[in-house]
Amino acid sequence: MAFLNTSRTRAARYDVVVVGSGAAGGMAALTLAKAGAKVLMLEAGRKYDPVTETPMFQTNADAPLRGANTPDKPYGFFDATIGGWVVKGEPYTVKNKASEQWQDGTFAKRDATDQNFMWWRSRMLGGRTNHWGRVSLRMGPDDFKPRSTDGLGVDWPISYEDIAPFYDRTDQIVGIFGSKEGLRNDPDSDFFHTPPKPRAYELLFQRGAKKLGIRVISSRVAVLTKPMPGRAPCFYATPCSRGCSIGAAFQSTTSLIPYALETGNLDVITNAHVREVTLDARGRANGVHFFDKESGKEEHVAARAVVLGASACESARILFNSRSARFANGLGNSTGHLGRWLADSTAGDMSGQIPALENMPLHNEDGVSFPHLYAPWSDVQARSAKAAGSPRGYYTTFGGGRRMPGGSVSLGPNGGALFGTKLKEEARRYFGSFVSAAGRGEMVPNEHCFAEIDPVKKDRFGIPVLRFHWKWNDYEVRQVEHMQRTFAEMIEAAGGKITRQPIKDATSVMTAGGSVNHEMGVTRMSAKAADGVTNPFSGVWDCPNIAVADAGVFASSPYKNPTLTIMALAIRASEHLLAGVKDGSISAPA
Amino acid sequence: MATALDITAFAADDIRGIGTDPNLLRKEIPWPRLFTAEEMRIVTALGDIIIPADEYGPAASAVGVPDFIDEWVSAPYEEQQKDLKAIRAGLAWIDGEAKTRSGKGFAECDAARQVAIVEDIVKDGTPARKAGYNFFKLFRDRVAGGYFSTQEGWKAIGYTGNVPLSEFPGPTPEALKHVGLA
Repeated sequence: MAFLNTSRTRAARYDVVVVGSGAAGGMAALTLAKAGAKVLMLEAGRKYDPVTETPMFQTNADAPLRGANTPDKPYGFFDATIGGWVVKGEPYTVKNKASEQWQDGTFAKRDATDQNFMWWRSRMLGGRTNHWGRVSLRMGPDDFKPRSTDGLGVDWPISYEDIAPFYDRTDQIVGIFGSKEGLRNDPDSDFFHTPPKPRAYELLFQRGAKKLGIRVISSRVAVLTKPMPGRAPCFYATPCSRGCSIGAAFQSTTSLIPYALETGNLDVITNAHVREVTLDARGRANGVHFFDKESGKEEHVAARAVVLGASACESARILFNSRSARFANGLGNSTGHLGRWLADSTAGDMSGQIPALENMPLHNEDGVSFPHLYAPWSDVQARSAKAAGSPRGYYTTFGGGRRMPGGSVSLGPNGGALFGTKLKEEARRYFGSFVSAAGRGEMVPNEHCFAEIDPVKKDRFGIPVLRFHWKWNDYEVRQVEHMQRTFAEMIEAAGGKITRQPIKDATSVMTAGGSVNHEMGVTRMSAKAADGVTNPFSGVWDCPNIAVADAGVFASSPYKNPTLTIMALAIRASEHLLAGVKDGSISAPA
Repeated sequence: MATALDITAFAADDIRGIGTDPNLLRKEIPWPRLFTAEEMRIVTALGDIIIPADEYGPAASAVGVPDFIDEWVSAPYEEQQKDLKAIRAGLAWIDGEAKTRSGKGFAECDAARQVAIVEDIVKDGTPARKAGYNFFKLFRDRVAGGYFSTQEGWKAIGYTGNVPLSEFPGPTPEALKHVGLA
C-alpha cells in the first residue's frame, strides 16, 4: 500500500491547480502529475487516510446505536463520509414543495420529504469515492447520442469512440470486475477482473428473469479480485461503504492520490475551500482564491491552468462566484447555460421474500458487499417502457443474502406476535430469504431543474451559496412506475412473493432531486459555445485554461452511474489542457 | 485580502450527539443514559422473555441488550427520542398491568407470570390491548436487533460471514440443492 503522506507546504505558483480530490480531482491530479506538471490539489475537507481510519471487521455492535443512520452520520456510523445532506456552516437552499418556501437542505428520507432537492457532500480527502457504490458501467454509443436516438435532450459533442481509449486507461488504473457479454450499448472492457460467483438468491433472479426475456449478468464493480501494485485483492468481508484499508475497493485516497504523490509533482492542501477562479487582464485563469479553514484566512494561489473537480454543483458554484466586469453573471455563463440542465438518476425499488431461501443450509454470502449480478436495460423492457411513455432506460440490481445483521432484523410473516425461542427459530428460518430489486434510471434533462446563486444566503466563509430548482418530468414518473411493475414480475419469476403491490402512480415516491448522488449537467459540454458551458474537451468556453473534470460536463444523464465516465473524461480533459497550455493552443499566463 | 474568521464557532455544537466526524474505530457514547434503575429492571426482565437463554444461545441480558436499549432511547436524535417516549410509557403500562394482576411490579413477578402477561399482549384484537401491542412490537424489534447484531446473535440467526477469504466460494452444494439449482 502506497503511503498517503500529504503536506501543507506549497509553492508560490503551480502549473495547474486542481480543485477537489475525489474521482474527478484525484484522476486529474494523477494524470497531470504523471505527465510532469507541478500540481496543487485543494480539498475543502480534512485529510483522511483509509489505511489507518477504516473500521474493517467491526461489527454493528461495535458502533453507537448498532450503526444506525443518524443526522450526524446519515448513511450510518461506519459510512466513510464526513458531511452528507448537511455540512455545518455551509448551507444550500431548496424549495419546500408543501409550503412553497425556500429552506435550507436538511437530513431527510429521500423518498419521503417535501424538499425538492438534496445535496450530498463529503468534506474529506477523496470525497465521495471513499464510500461510493463502486458501480462502474461504461456508457454506450447510444448514451452519447440520445437526441439522435429518441429525439429528446441533446447529443454529446463526442462519441463512444472518442472516450473508449480513456475508459481503457481508467479501467487499468481503477480495477473493475465484470464479464464480457457483447451487448451493443453496454460495452465490455478488455481489462475486467474475474467476477465473484453469484449468490444463491441472485441465481434465482437470473433464472427467473430469463423467463421474462431479461438477461442478468455479472455486475461491473470497482473491486479488485486480483492484486494490483500496492493494492490487495478483495477478501470478501466487511462492507465497502466504510472504505477499504487494503485498497481492494477503489477510492481516490488509496488508488489515485498516493500514486500522484509518488511522482513528487503533487502538493495537497486539505481544509482549503475554494471561493473563485481569478483571471488576468487578458481574461485567462491565473489561480484561485481559497479559504484556509485552519487559519481562517483567505489565500490566493497562482497557476497557469485550473481543473475544477469539486463535484458538479460545487464546481458550478465556484464558476458562478467567479464574477468580474467581463463575466458579470459568472464565469462560463456567457450563453446562460451555467447551472442549467441539472440532472440526477431516478430510483425505484420493490421488496419480496423467497420461500425457497428459508432454512438455507448455513454458508457465508458476504462476497464483495455489492450485488454480484445485475440486469442491464433490455430490449423487452425498452419496448414496454416506450409504450408506457418512458423513453429511457434503467438497470436493475438485486438485494438480499445472508448479510451481517444490523440493528433491525426481519422476523418473517409471523413477526408481530413472536417472542421467546420461537422468535429465534423464525429469525433463523427467514434469515437471508428477503430480497429486493432496485433500479437506477436515466432522466431527460429539463428546463425546470437548475442551480443558481441564492440571492441572500452565504456560507460561513461569506461565499454565496446555491439554491436548487427541481421538477421531474412525466418521463421519469412513468419510468419509476415501469420499475415497480417489472421488479414485481422479477421477484415473482424468482419464486418470491412481493411485500406490497406495485405503486400505480409513482408521483408520491419520486426521490428528491440530487438524492441519488448523481448530479450531472450543470456545466454541460457542447459543440458550440451557444449551447453549453464547456467545449468537447471539457474546457470552459469563456476561459479554456479552466477544465471541468466532474459530471457537470455530462450532456445527458445515462443510467450508468457517472463515476467511471467522470474519471475517463478527467484524463482526457487534463491531457488536452496540459498539451494546449504547452503548445500555446490554449492561452495561459506565462 | 486576508480576513480572519471565527472558525471555532462551528466546531463545538451538537456536543451530545455522535458528531459528524467521530473516530470510527472506537465506540463512544457521549450522551447520558436516561432510564432509571427501575426501568432498567423491567427492560432486562422483558428483554429476557423476548430473547431467553436456550439451545440457540444466551439471553438478551447476557450480551448487553438492556444497555443497548438504554443507549438507544437516550440518544439526542428525533427517532430515538420518539422511541424513548413510547417505550417509557410502555414500560410503565406493563408494570402497572403486573401490579394489577399480582400486586408486584413486572420485574418482580416470576417468569411464568411475566410470560402470561406477554402472551396476553400479543393475543391481538381488542382496542384496549392495541397500545400495549404496539409498544411490545417496538420494544421487541429493538431487542431483537440489539441481540442479533452481537456475535452470539450471529450464531443464533445463522450468520457465518465477516471472515476474510482468499476466494469467494459461492453457494455450497447443499445450498444449491436446497433452492433447486443443483
